[in-house]
Amino acid sequence: MAEQNSIMLEVSGLKKQFGDDVVLDGVDLTIRKGEVVVILGSSGCGKSTLLRCINGLEASDGGSIRIDGDEVAVGSKSLTRLRQKIGMVFQNYELFPHKNILDNITLAPVKVQKRTKEDARAQAEQLLRRVGLWEKRKAYPRELSGGQKQRVAIVRALCMNPEIMLFDEVTAALDPEMVREVLDVMLELAQGGMTMLIVTHEMGFARAVADRIVFLEEGKVLENLPAEDFFENPDTQRAKDFLQTFEFKKKQ
Amino acid sequence: MIDFFNELFAPDKVDEAWMIIQNQFPTAIWETVYVTILSTLFAVIIGLPLGVLLVTGEKNGILPIPSWLMQTLNVIINLLRSVPFLILMIMVFPLTRAIVGTVVGTEATVVPLVIAAFPFVARLTESSLREVNPNLIEMAQSMGASPVQIIIKVMIPESVPSLLSNATIAITTVLGYSAMSGILGGGGLGKIAINYGYYRYKDLIMIAAVILLIVLVQLFQTVGTRLAVRSDKRLK
Repeated sequence: MAEQNSIMLEVSGLKKQFGDDVVLDGVDLTIRKGEVVVILGSSGCGKSTLLRCINGLEASDGGSIRIDGDEVAVGSKSLTRLRQKIGMVFQNYELFPHKNILDNITLAPVKVQKRTKEDARAQAEQLLRRVGLWEKRKAYPRELSGGQKQRVAIVRALCMNPEIMLFDEVTAALDPEMVREVLDVMLELAQGGMTMLIVTHEMGFARAVADRIVFLEEGKVLENLPAEDFFENPDTQRAKDFLQTFEFKKKQ
Repeated sequence: MIDFFNELFAPDKVDEAWMIIQNQFPTAIWETVYVTILSTLFAVIIGLPLGVLLVTGEKNGILPIPSWLMQTLNVIINLLRSVPFLILMIMVFPLTRAIVGTVVGTEATVVPLVIAAFPFVARLTESSLREVNPNLIEMAQSMGASPVQIIIKVMIPESVPSLLSNATIAITTVLGYSAMSGILGGGGLGKIAINYGYYRYKDLIMIAAVILLIVLVQLFQTVGTRLAVRSDKRLK
């Protein structure tokens, strides 16, 4: 899918280290408009760091990141403008506990994007309806379940009308029965043509949602394959072993 | 013991105390409340932005300022906080005279009170803001919010309950200082307690003034705690 589309995100030779610990060691990654890419890899392989670098939350130590042709440079004036094109959803939702759901969602559209309250509110309510949480619009985060909070967090990112969405293990903190409702929202987004970069440990979901799988190991891209190919016939032994661990879990 | 109480509550003394209470206390209470609230207000106006700067101005903060400026700020705050209030009051007499025109009276005590309280308010603000979940700040950054937007729309609103409880601590401290200022010409309940109780041995007056100070502290504390709890949307 989307082979002819323009390039949305281009990461080339990205390096990042914390002290002596090399976390990203020359990562190359290209995502086209409308593509859904899932990053897999064991813990500590640099998946989250990659997402944080793309959003400029971490300064990289080499290489470049371009969103829609513009360089992501930490500390530059253009970063705030660029970040508005990137919607990011975190593992622990990070909703503002002292703001109600609507205020959580409309804060950035109104303050950062300078849209009118009415406009932001109308879009927020429409998005909340789509994820089945319109009734909760006046509630505070503490009144919501984990799954509901995460759906609100997704809506909050969407309300900025981003061009690409980054998901950082968004179901990792959820009870199993709440994972589904969040993944369904993400699947629907993917089907709607949103460009997405997802870090997850949900293999079944990865297979269903991804156009392409990127397999990271020790800060390097080991595999970059269409989803079906990766799950059926990965190139490297390391990726086979990685998939095996999930197979093994299933049979127990 | 009984002798002590008999003497303390001797009818003539009670009558005399009651006269003084009726004549002097309404103004004294008003002066104390007025000076305390006004001084705390000014202290917050100066101290709150400084407290914000203490957090955001750090090297890894969201709005870093030069480290020499940061250190100077810290030294000034610590310096002002280490000077005992009565000494500070004497030291700022020239400033007080320049601003108010005199060093005695109710208005004059506002100057040293503000100077004593704003560094305290800055430190309290600092500790409140440090409680804000750093992930929330990161989240706001990821949405493209500017440092000023993060301070006004995230850091301060998210720490309101803590800021309110700390404001309560500040106001009760200022109340204590304002009573202390009675010894150096300040007005209010402190002055009454010292002038009548200490210099003229009218113990009843002193006790009454102290009781009223206790009542005021209780009042401020109760209101402050209520507001802080009500503003907290995380629990209940």
